[in-house]
Amino acid sequence: MSALLTVSGVSKTFGGLQALSDVSLQVNAGEIFGLIGPNGAGKTTLFNALTGLYTVDRGEIRLEGVRLDGRKPHEVLKAGLARTFQNIRLFAEMTALENVLVGRHARTRSGVLGAVLRLPATRSEEADSRARAHALLERVGIAQHAQRLAKNLPYGDQRRLEIARALASEPTLLALDEPAAGMNKAERSALRDLLLQLQADGLTLLLIEHDVKLVMGLCSRLAVLDYGVKIAEGTPDVVSRDPKVVAAYLGDEAL
Amino acid sequence: MDIFLQQLINGLVLGSVYALVALGYTMVYGILELINFAHGEITMIGAMVALAVIGALTLAAPGAPGVLLLGAGLAVAIPVCVALGLVIERVAYRPLRHAPRLAPLITAIGVSIVLQNVAMMIWGKQYIPFPGILPQGRHEILGATVSDVQVAILVLAVIIMLMLILVVQKTRLGRAMRATAQSRQVASLMGVDVNRVIAATFAIGSALAAVAGVMVSAYYGLAHYYMGFLLGLKAFSAAVLGGIGNLGGAMLGGLLLGLIESFGAGYIGDLTGGFLGSNYQDVFAFFVLIAVLVFRPSGLLGARGAERA
Repeated sequence: MSALLTVSGVSKTFGGLQALSDVSLQVNAGEIFGLIGPNGAGKTTLFNALTGLYTVDRGEIRLEGVRLDGRKPHEVLKAGLARTFQNIRLFAEMTALENVLVGRHARTRSGVLGAVLRLPATRSEEADSRARAHALLERVGIAQHAQRLAKNLPYGDQRRLEIARALASEPTLLALDEPAAGMNKAERSALRDLLLQLQADGLTLLLIEHDVKLVMGLCSRLAVLDYGVKIAEGTPDVVSRDPKVVAAYLGDEAL
Repeated sequence: MDIFLQQLINGLVLGSVYALVALGYTMVYGILELINFAHGEITMIGAMVALAVIGALTLAAPGAPGVLLLGAGLAVAIPVCVALGLVIERVAYRPLRHAPRLAPLITAIGVSIVLQNVAMMIWGKQYIPFPGILPQGRHEILGATVSDVQVAILVLAVIIMLMLILVVQKTRLGRAMRATAQSRQVASLMGVDVNRVIAATFAIGSALAAVAGVMVSAYYGLAHYYMGFLLGLKAFSAAVLGGIGNLGGAMLGGLLLGLIESFGAGYIGDLTGGFLGSNYQDVFAFFVLIAVLVFRPSGLLGARGAERA
């Protein structure tokens, strides 16, 4: 198994708060890797550090050997790491299709002049982008909403649209921040199928999720964060029996 | 002569120029929530540069066709204004991107004063006449008079605005601009180089301002280092009237403001029994600004409409 994402010794403080301390983990190509931990454990902070939103105080982040830390968010995306958000952050006033087209920005290059002059290169790039965007909407199952404003989509479909938008950038690693949050049982099971299908297509997934059943069922390996420290890493089986994890994350109920 | 129709035509022509300038304010506001008070001065620089080029060419090639001279003036003024807008953004606003909002606002006013004074040092304090190179044709329509210059301004302004709508709604850059306006952070996480989009916004706004500056000086037949101040304030009022941050609002606000001014100037004498004359024309823009701020602060089309860019 080859390492796709390597996080080594990453630390981040906000004022006096040590949000991440010396976190190291490795996500292998083709796997679904889970990141779990109690609320406030630093999971989303780690996502923000990975995607260039926060600069890390110490440590290194590499995707396929290429340094990501210190790069700007749009450069990280272009390097192949795309993400979704815990609280949905679509471009609410744009259509579903346009949202996905924005996701293609990093993979397209045509400028205004080409559009105004209707140059063939620009037109074929735009047509190609639209075809891909439609295909992605189809793939996540919301093609019927292509022309609707994102804010008018049902909740579960907004989550799907976020995934389609992230996929539009042709990532090698897709980071999903609580994709099942707020979903009902049917939506969860559809999401599960979608994620497995993405994995089958060769994508690597990094998943923050609170739904223990979903995580345990989907992920080949997990890392557990607690107070910004990684307290365990391994297969779901091993992690769920780790006493430190039981104490920190699952709490007394699990004992 | 039909006064109503005449004022309607005058108002539309003036309003289309206000709309072009208002678009520059509203696009920058939509993305940065910054009132770029230096924008009015960019129209002035556009007019001054075009006049300087036209003047030089008239000396160098006497008898050259006026439309060609005007085209040459625009061809120099537009890139100069675009470069100026980009430099202002890079030097004066980008370093303050994360500063409290008042800081870039005050900086904008500072830039505006600097530009006025630089223009005064280069071109002096006197009014600079627009040379008589343009066709002076006048047409009678139902009792009202329309000049060639008015027709040209209106047609050109409408074409530019339609092109802008197409760019914002249909192109890759336009989508990136709208995405950035809705959330700079998410846009950057989705691969948009936000700094480039902001620079492009300033470039487009400045190009529109250059054209508007040349239009105004051709319309009134003169340019002056201080002309950008009042024009900028009026265009800003127009942007607020339409709903600042909203492209359609800026166009609507500009046209409405032009009409209000024109009808106001045309009828104020009759309405006040001759007490106030058409020289009070400039007051109307600011009455409108005050009324909008009091009764509908988000403007006619609202600040966060779908076309926000």
